[in-house]
Amino acid sequence: MREIRFDLLLLFIAFYVLLAPVLSDLVISKLDRRVDLSSQMVRTTTSLKVENNGVGTVSEILLPFPDHQAKDLAFLMVTISEGKGKIKGVSGSLPIRVVKPEETPPALSWYLVSLPKELGKGESISLDVKAVFTHILRPFPEKITQADIQLLAFQDSAYYLSPYAVKVQTLTVKLPEPKVESYTKLENTKVSGSEIKYGPYENLPSFSYTPIVVHFVNNKPFAVARELVREIEISHWGNVQVTESYNIHHAGALITGEFSRLDYQARPHVRGASAFRNLVAKLPPRAHSVYYRDEIGNISTSNLWGDSAKTLLEIEPRYPMFGGWRTSFTIGYGLPLQDFLFQSEGKRYLNISFGCPMDEVVIEKLVVKIVLPEGSKDISVSVPFPVNQLEETKFSHLDMVGRPVIVLEKSNVVPEHNQYFQVYYKFNSLSLLWEPLMLISGFFFLFVTCIVYMHADLTISKSSASYMAKLQWDEVQTAIQQFQNIMNRCMTVHDKIEASLRDLSRTGDVQACKAARKAADSLLKELSKELKPLLSFLQSSPQAVQILPKVEELVAKEKELQEKLMLKHSTVVDCYEKKLGGRETENRVASVQQKITLLRQEAEDLFEIIDEI
Amino acid sequence: MAALETPQSSTLRQAFGNVIKYESVIHEFDPYFNYRVTQFLTKNGIYDFWNWFDDRTWYPLGRVIGGTVYPGLTLTAGTLWRIMNSLNIPLSVETVCVFTAPIFSAFASWAAYLLTKEVKGVGAGLTAAALLAMVPSYISRSVAGSYDNEAVAIFALIFTFYLYIKALNTGSLFYATLNAISYFYMVCSWGGYTFIINLIPMHVLLCIVTGRYSSRLYIAYAPLVVLGTLLASLVPVVGFNAVMTSEHFASFLVFIIIHVVALVYYIKGILSPQMFKVAVTLVVSIGLIVCGAVLAVLIAMVASSPTKGWSGRSLSLLDPTYASKYIPIIASVSEHQPPTWPSYFMDINVLAFLVPAGIIACFLPLSDASSFAVLYIVTSVYFSGVMVRLMLVLAPAACIMSGIALSEAFGVFTRSIKFQLPGVTQNSPVNAGDTGNVMQNDVVKTEKSEDSLKERPSRKNKKKEKDNVERATVVPKTEKRLSVLPLEASVIAIFLLVLLGAFYVVHCVWAAAEAYSAPSIVLTSRSHDGLHVFDDFREAYGWLRHNTEVDDKVASWWDYGYQTTAMANRTVIVDNNTWNNTHIATVGTAMSSPEKAAWEIFNSLDVKYVLVVFGGLVGYPSDDINKFLWMVRIGGGVFPHIKEPDYLRDGQYRIDSQATPTMLNSLMYKLSYYRFVETDGKGFDRVRNTEIGKKYFKLTHFEEVFTTHHWMVRLYKLKPPKNRIRGKTKKAKSKASSKRSGTLKKNPWH
Repeated sequence: MREIRFDLLLLFIAFYVLLAPVLSDLVISKLDRRVDLSSQMVRTTTSLKVENNGVGTVSEILLPFPDHQAKDLAFLMVTISEGKGKIKGVSGSLPIRVVKPEETPPALSWYLVSLPKELGKGESISLDVKAVFTHILRPFPEKITQADIQLLAFQDSAYYLSPYAVKVQTLTVKLPEPKVESYTKLENTKVSGSEIKYGPYENLPSFSYTPIVVHFVNNKPFAVARELVREIEISHWGNVQVTESYNIHHAGALITGEFSRLDYQARPHVRGASAFRNLVAKLPPRAHSVYYRDEIGNISTSNLWGDSAKTLLEIEPRYPMFGGWRTSFTIGYGLPLQDFLFQSEGKRYLNISFGCPMDEVVIEKLVVKIVLPEGSKDISVSVPFPVNQLEETKFSHLDMVGRPVIVLEKSNVVPEHNQYFQVYYKFNSLSLLWEPLMLISGFFFLFVTCIVYMHADLTISKSSASYMAKLQWDEVQTAIQQFQNIMNRCMTVHDKIEASLRDLSRTGDVQACKAARKAADSLLKELSKELKPLLSFLQSSPQAVQILPKVEELVAKEKELQEKLMLKHSTVVDCYEKKLGGRETENRVASVQQKITLLRQEAEDLFEIIDEI
Repeated sequence: MAALETPQSSTLRQAFGNVIKYESVIHEFDPYFNYRVTQFLTKNGIYDFWNWFDDRTWYPLGRVIGGTVYPGLTLTAGTLWRIMNSLNIPLSVETVCVFTAPIFSAFASWAAYLLTKEVKGVGAGLTAAALLAMVPSYISRSVAGSYDNEAVAIFALIFTFYLYIKALNTGSLFYATLNAISYFYMVCSWGGYTFIINLIPMHVLLCIVTGRYSSRLYIAYAPLVVLGTLLASLVPVVGFNAVMTSEHFASFLVFIIIHVVALVYYIKGILSPQMFKVAVTLVVSIGLIVCGAVLAVLIAMVASSPTKGWSGRSLSLLDPTYASKYIPIIASVSEHQPPTWPSYFMDINVLAFLVPAGIIACFLPLSDASSFAVLYIVTSVYFSGVMVRLMLVLAPAACIMSGIALSEAFGVFTRSIKFQLPGVTQNSPVNAGDTGNVMQNDVVKTEKSEDSLKERPSRKNKKKEKDNVERATVVPKTEKRLSVLPLEASVIAIFLLVLLGAFYVVHCVWAAAEAYSAPSIVLTSRSHDGLHVFDDFREAYGWLRHNTEVDDKVASWWDYGYQTTAMANRTVIVDNNTWNNTHIATVGTAMSSPEKAAWEIFNSLDVKYVLVVFGGLVGYPSDDINKFLWMVRIGGGVFPHIKEPDYLRDGQYRIDSQATPTMLNSLMYKLSYYRFVETDGKGFDRVRNTEIGKKYFKLTHFEEVFTTHHWMVRLYKLKPPKNRIRGKTKKAKSKASSKRSGTLKKNPWH
């Protein structure tokens, strides 16, 4: 791989002489290039001063990158630098497009930068070109053991690859640690601490190229997400729910041989230097309901801090991530709606950051899904860089027509893409009430149906024999119940009579006893009156045939019992009036008493039988 | 109904408590398999589910899932999930699975109310439901995440019993048919359905023998057998077993008997007594011959099958010593051990003391329904004594009995108090109670009748049923008019009963919170600096899932098979469905063999990774070293060169310096303690509380690829055969050159 590329590079060098005159109107008078290798991404910042030495005006500048770098170019931004040390606004970035000029060397990708104003003869302009590459750092060796440190190789040219001649140029390579295994030594090469300086080189023709290789130590986390799906769901009830599913692997040197927990725990920074154990996600302030889990459940190793400017979520995968190890997980959090949703010109718009909240993660494929509330219309999206855009529909809680989903896809995403983007849509606030109303009416109708069912008679045929029989049986049962009530009351009256007798034996108040009897008599009469219609009904009803004999028996028994009781009562009262002794009274009553107990027993038995029927 | 909500909501609250304390996660081992099956069902549909041949387990044999699982639970959760999703409520399959058990525990509480109401009235029903809502034994199986067959089966069990009693009480064919359907659901759900199909015939037989035969009994029983058996044989896992195995024969025998009895009653009705006597002698003589013949055929059929038609688990029910004698794999499961007394107290607490009172209450008076309740408690007590797992069947029975006992007791005491309160007392206490009671009934009844008069006729029959029950409770009261206790005694007794109930509640809450809600996949420990979480299992499974090839085979003891397939999605050699003893014995043999022999066994099974669970560093007691003797026993049962005594020193299982060399050289020992000594310099095992015997050794055929944070799970990879050959040649060379270097090689540390 490396050798092939090397051949290609040689080709450029062969070509440049040939092509030089074509594009040589412009000259780069001064160029400073800084290559930052302190993370897994390669960030190059090139500040160049372009002079127009030609005759005509120039409004565009070409920036070439070798193909092998261009395919890993994640981010490119050109700004105009106005003087030194001045702050440049992001809005100052110049439009860039990919072009393919004819008669150019192969294996080069060209980017055309349009200048804001044309560059006249002799005029000059200072530009800052910021480019971020991913995956161009190669681990070398490719496989290391747990105890080894991770070494990376970086290849580039010591000279800036340009279609224009460069008068003065320097290159600074910044390393994460002041530990260099080896580097290509050219003239004017200096190493100071963690920086390697090449240059200055003067008066180089266009397409100058000298390959350099830096082999250095880098134990920074190589967290690469194969895929990140961010789902941003807007709820107008006041919440923006963000769910991010990561599929992460360690893209550094692969681990080979044993993984010993013992070594890792004893000396984590020596025996596990290349591994990363945690990632920090910088969430917006006031993020709430944060969770961190994977497909087999919650992951308990995470920390959360928050202040007014940000919320920091430190997550630790289930296991330390060594080279080549993979994991996947989901984090989710809610955000207050008013921080992200705004209104302008009758439209609402969501203003939220595009990329991943973790600073050290490279994302190979990022899918951002914005789930708008059901019933949103006139949807438009504005993203500051080119993305793939799709539309979907998602059915969530109690949706009828589904929620419109905007899907934005972008490959090779780096933290520089963490810019705000906007989704504009129209939404009627009244639609909010749709779902609660649906629930309310749903339950309302459920209960109404229940009530109707409970009150309606759903018998199919009102004249069928079985239905009639059932009706009659119901009536009979009611009658029997009433009958039982009456009987029970009779029994109570009997009890009262007995009670009055006992009172008599205690107090000797004959009058009261008589009065009680009178009351009981009248009550019993009333009851027997009440009983009559019931009995006649039962006699007439064909359904009651079974039960009727028992009922009649009970009535007879009750009558007898009543008589006996009256007899007993009058005897006792008589005895009292005659002032007879207690013993004699008892003797007299004894036979009656026996009969009464017997009758009572029988009556109770009958009660039970009727009950059972 | 409002009162009924209370026990249900308390069930739910207790069951959800653990989700708050831990997380919404599936528990234990078997639930993970059920979860995986449910995932398959929801993804691939019902037809693929029936035909599912799972090649990710029992490698290289595979397992026919569709025909070997009880599908009730899976289908229930799958249906719930489908309904939810069709209503556009996007719940994940996992969520539905986690919450199936608590939902069904609420249903079970409701079913217990219905059953007890049929037996002894509303009061007892409510009490029983309240007790069931909290009983620790059932809580252990119905906490959120306990996604196991028992979760729905206990509801199905109680509900089937309720429908049987309802059919018996009403003589309605409608309920009898429902009963058969409910029985079908039970058959779908759990192997414990044999309990139903034996208990109900027992009760029918009891009724017949005690002369309680009625047409209601016939209606309640006959449809159950016919429809139930037909439906049961539709379940693939049961199939023809529903008519072929001895567990079901009792129902058929009773089915024949009930028909004979019905015939006898019919003939008795149409014949005169003399004629009847003649007929009886005739029929009895012929019937005896026929019965003899049928019995002979049955016995011959049963005797021709090797296990006499009984499956191993059922046999171990009838003969508690059967399993430990013949099937170590059944005996090795702690759930299959007989329970100890403390476990009764732990699981049903005060109910154990209330049950006898409930039985007595059931005899006052004895009805068909209450005799069933008595039979239920008696049989379930026996079965729970055989296997800890069946404590779960005892729990509802105990709740029903205790519910009856408590409500009866409360009834007696409150009545005594009511009649003796000042204002009611006019006469001597006995009579006052007497009249008061009757008056009370009177008032109640008039109100009732007025109510029913107002009702429309069609509603009346429903009301009637309630009235029937009311009356059923009233009748014994009127009978026991004289059973009025002194005021002080009843107040104290009520106070004591409330205290008892309070103890029960406190115990249940404690059990639910501390003992039974831990998901066992996540462990926690409380130390002085707060809660410490041990999430090692998922760490290891997560690692396997992401960092091994999809088709790699993982060998571990069978306990971890279901979890490995569900969480790590890797093929396992054996799992918790212990259907093939030989295969398990092979793994057991490998674990108990020395490294080289084990490597050969594993290599022949295409195993790439070996997973061992090791608790020695943090003191997790149920690790593989503690289970090791079972591996030896099960392995030795099939491969005789593994002998248990080789691993024991004087009959004692030990891993310290006194341990036998076979033990110290076994693969399990080596994989568990590899480089363990370097953690503290001594190699002190916190589970066995001893220093390990062999401290410094190297692995020749395996290499450590992953160990979790607390060392609870250790994963080893089989070294490729190339290494082995080189090692061999080296060894041969070294042997040739000098013996000293050879021994040095073997033991580099001494």
